[in-house]
Amino acid sequence: MRVKSKKPDLAEGDLTPMIDMTFQLIAFFMVLINFSQTEANDRVVLPSSQLVKPPTAPLEFPIILHVAQDGEIILGGDTYTTETLTTGLRRELAVLRAEKKKPADANIIIRGHQNVAAGQIQEIIRVAQENELERFALRAKEDLS
Amino acid sequence: MKIRREVEQEKHELNMTSMIDIVFLLLVFFVMTFKIVEMEGDFSIRMPLAGNGGQTSDVTDLPLKLRLRSDNDGNLTSMSLNEINLGTDFTKLRANIISLVGSDEPAEGDDGPEIEIDTDYNVRYAYIIQAITAVSGYKDDTNQVVKLIERIKFAKPRR
Repeated sequence: MRVKSKKPDLAEGDLTPMIDMTFQLIAFFMVLINFSQTEANDRVVLPSSQLVKPPTAPLEFPIILHVAQDGEIILGGDTYTTETLTTGLRRELAVLRAEKKKPADANIIIRGHQNVAAGQIQEIIRVAQENELERFALRAKEDLS
Repeated sequence: MKIRREVEQEKHELNMTSMIDIVFLLLVFFVMTFKIVEMEGDFSIRMPLAGNGGQTSDVTDLPLKLRLRSDNDGNLTSMSLNEINLGTDFTKLRANIISLVGSDEPAEGDDGPEIEIDTDYNVRYAYIIQAITAVSGYKDDTNQVVKLIERIKFAKPRR
């Protein structure tokens, strides 16, 4: 008599729901990911305010200054103090002039750490004013509480 | 005679392993790079170097003066608005601003009241933003922003 060899049952799980969920998760993260946050800096924790609203239109020729808690100023990846900031600002102004614009057209965005001394921010504003810059934007995070 | 069908229909099964691998890689990438974004906004200040603009001759054009004092650690100890002592209460500051300026919408452009913030060097920046928030406006019952003073400037830094 011929004996039939019984093959062992391969238990195959249905992967469809898992793949569905995974694709949904990917879609979720893709929608929420924001690569434009490159202007943020880990050394800066912004103060919060109930009145600030995200700008509806981007500011014209922004120059972003990050001010860390110890007073160091970060501009375009380089670190400055209030004494050396003029060098960095002049570099930015050279770009501005190449685009046939005046320093008064530029916007200095100051992203100051919440615990930095206010005098430090004033010094930065003074240095910028000496370089003919006059538009400033003090950045704060939106307080929804 | 019974004819056995030896050749059963072949089942074509897609190999999902490589796709799932890539999908999981993508998922891990997005999870790792995901950062909850906090909404940010700006307080705009137009502050040309002193002396460039015309001097104000009219006494009524003089800006309101807000003085902030702190201890050596940067903690706010007292505030005064045009010599009115406000303690450290920003709500009081806002109430005083409303009484001085009125709750009407400020004039656009270069008109409208102006405030000069004169602060000790050590005052923490967060207090400055709180003060600017208090003088710039408030949210009414319907969550609409009522603007108070839009022209803000800083006095010379105190060392």
